[in-house]
Amino acid sequence: MLATRVFSLVGKRAISTSVCVRAHESVVKSEDFMLPAYVDRRDYPLPDVAHVKHLSASQKALKEKEKASWSSLSMDEKVELYRIKFKESFAEMNRRSNEWKTVVGTAMFFIGITALIIMWEKLYVYGPLPQTFDKEWVAMQTKRMLDMKVNPIQGLASKWDYEKNEWKK
Amino acid sequence: MAPEVLPKPQMRGLLARRLRFHMVTGFVLSLGVAALYKVGVADKRKKAYADFYRNYDAMKDFEEMRKAGIFQSVK
Repeated sequence: MLATRVFSLVGKRAISTSVCVRAHESVVKSEDFMLPAYVDRRDYPLPDVAHVKHLSASQKALKEKEKASWSSLSMDEKVELYRIKFKESFAEMNRRSNEWKTVVGTAMFFIGITALIIMWEKLYVYGPLPQTFDKEWVAMQTKRMLDMKVNPIQGLASKWDYEKNEWKK
Repeated sequence: MAPEVLPKPQMRGLLARRLRFHMVTGFVLSLGVAALYKVGVADKRKKAYADFYRNYDAMKDFEEMRKAGIFQSVK
């Protein structure tokens, strides 16, 4: 009993933004972005407002004609009514573009610049590599790993032919 | 608009068609990937281990390692 009375109070609060804005026009001036806007979106097929806000005289007459039977409307009039309500059709808003080429090209360009920066860094910033990277050291290291039979089933030592003393073909 | 009449597009059952397509494809691809993994990775690994240990002589292996000189506890 008490819950339903509370619910009716909450329900009375549900009024739209534009109604609130109209009510306070004397105090608050509403900017364009505060009011419901028109969007061309695939996932929002029926926007909050029509595309054309201010109708010309002929458009106003057409809207009056729309109130009568629709079979009396010509094809051009129907299209005109559509264009009053919507900016782009689904086919138009979904059209493909060449933007991806610009995006991919710009990305690759900046990756290239990064590569140049890294090359400069290797040349002028980094010190020498540790001795453990020398070819001779790595050879001795690998020989020791093979002697220890590291990963003999599917890993390193499994690729070495112990009879012929060479890598397996 | 244009004078020629376009064919009427499919109006109903769009979600159902999409769901059917994706569920079938998902099912087939999942089973396929699982089968390929089982054969190419799991069974292959099991066979590799079985083949390795079939005629494995631990003492012989140890002797080879000892002769190569990698141990500190036994030369």
